Amino acid sequence: MTVLATRRAAAKKYRVGPPASLSVPALVMFGFFAIVPLFIALGLSFTKWNGLGTPEWVGLDNWATVVTDSSIAHSIWLTVGLMVLSWIIQTPISMLLGVFLAGRERYREILAVIYFVPLLLSSAAIAIAWRNLLDPNFGLFSSGAIPFLDQNWLGDPNLAFITVTLIIAWQFIPFHTLLYQGGARQISQSMYEAAALDGAGRVRQFFSITVPQMKYTIVTSSMLMLVGALTYFDVIWILTQGGPGDATRILPLAMYQTGFVANQMGLASAIAVVLAVVGMTLSLTITRLSGFSRMESQAEGE
Amino acid sequence: MADTKTRKSSSVKIIRSQPARVTRKKPNVAGGILSFVWLAIVAIPLYWLVLTSFRTQATFFTDKPLAFPSDPTLDNYALVLENDFWRYLANSAIVTVFATALIVACGFLAAYAIARNGQGISKATFSVLLLGLAIPLQATIIPIYLLIVEMGLYDSLIAIILPSAAFGLPIAVLILVNFLRDIPRSLFEAARIDGASEWKAMLSVALPLARPAIVTVAIYSGLNVWNGFLFPLILTQSEDKRVLPLALTTYQGLFTINVPAVVAAVVLSSLPVIALYILGRRQLLAGMTAGFGK
Repeated sequence: MTVLATRRAAAKKYRVGPPASLSVPALVMFGFFAIVPLFIALGLSFTKWNGLGTPEWVGLDNWATVVTDSSIAHSIWLTVGLMVLSWIIQTPISMLLGVFLAGRERYREILAVIYFVPLLLSSAAIAIAWRNLLDPNFGLFSSGAIPFLDQNWLGDPNLAFITVTLIIAWQFIPFHTLLYQGGARQISQSMYEAAALDGAGRVRQFFSITVPQMKYTIVTSSMLMLVGALTYFDVIWILTQGGPGDATRILPLAMYQTGFVANQMGLASAIAVVLAVVGMTLSLTITRLSGFSRMESQAEGE
Repeated sequence: MADTKTRKSSSVKIIRSQPARVTRKKPNVAGGILSFVWLAIVAIPLYWLVLTSFRTQATFFTDKPLAFPSDPTLDNYALVLENDFWRYLANSAIVTVFATALIVACGFLAAYAIARNGQGISKATFSVLLLGLAIPLQATIIPIYLLIVEMGLYDSLIAIILPSAAFGLPIAVLILVNFLRDIPRSLFEAARIDGASEWKAMLSVALPLARPAIVTVAIYSGLNVWNGFLFPLILTQSEDKRVLPLALTTYQGLFTINVPAVVAAVVLSSLPVIALYILGRRQLLAGMTAGFGK
């Protein structure tokens, strides 16, 4: 009896688990480099500062500029455009390819091996590769063998934006294909068998079984695409530096150039705050709207 | 009643004997066409990249762009290797190893406290990190630049390692917490009752069991740091602190219109990850969709 009782007491004591303070290193590191900077950015957005010297308080001047400046408005529209266009291009292709690759046929597995190669390349590698490939003088299409493709893709202000969007799609479709492949593989095969017996064709099966069953994958993938589009920097920076003119100057590039090239750190901080607020609002909204609260419900504990 | 019963059982028989005929009556033509179009879109640029890297500068202008190099050469690779490639590679390796180690170590400790304790500061940590998942890294670069300069770390590899590690933490902790929560508590309690300290229970029970999740986290974070561009761009400037992604832009500037050499640098910089892909494709791909794939 007593042995059992002490055992029980011991078990109760040990149920407490490890000290909560084990999480302090992570909290300090993340707090210092991610949370604190958000507040510093907010503070700097009310100042005029060239990156050296002392920031000078200017009140709402930068915010007035953010609201009224036409080039910032242009950047915001480009960012929204990139976001929408990326989603429209990437989602259907990724979904179809992912579902196709979910099949276990040998040739599909070989296709998959090749499809996922762009995932292995850094943004810098992809951007440098495409920049050279599309070069109007030395590039793949410069011989003029296919006249339609022989264009100054990155140098023509009318083409640069769509070109950049397509290169970003080339970079990210493999990742989303991978997500959709995983999602499609979790759909029970018996649903398709039942549908086939009921006479549903492939298209009908796709829209009545595959798409609804992949709801969570669609939400996850869309969220990553939309929030991702808000933050594309490296590829565009290397491809065009925001040009020609300001044809591809999306918000993160506008911020970088305002801050680190034009040395207007205060104004750049205001743009950064806009970026952070839009990004966080977007991901929280999508999470809420879609009832995709898996992560949150786990956050609340058992 | 009887009729439906026989129909059911006969259809079951059909499925059993000829599953292919029921699920795949006609070939998926649309899917097939799309898949080969996409294959061309992916493969042609990659093929061009590799072929071009073996051309001489002269034959680059005369050869057909997709024909096999008429005078194949390794000179472009030699040129890249001569131009400090090894230093950039070493810098990238150092940054990746230390940042990943920090992410795994801090992430595991935090996740363990969150999963098994979940009170007080560990609860707060989890809330902050979950919120942090939504913070775009881009929005913090000016203050991070300021902090790094104030700490006297500007233009050092540590300057890249610390913020890269910090931004790798949220997803790492999320994956590890989800995994550790599935380990039955009784395992830890049994270890404790058997006289193991809380520390020992963590190292000898949780750590080995969580190995698959740790591998996933290491792959995911490692690739992100390895490919990272923005932190190196704003936090370093001298040549001997340059990491590979940044160095590619240096090569572009150095070789300018020597396209074969630029392209060789791109191929060479991608080889380490391609080697990993060949060695452990499934694991690598699983690591890439870490936390999103389920």
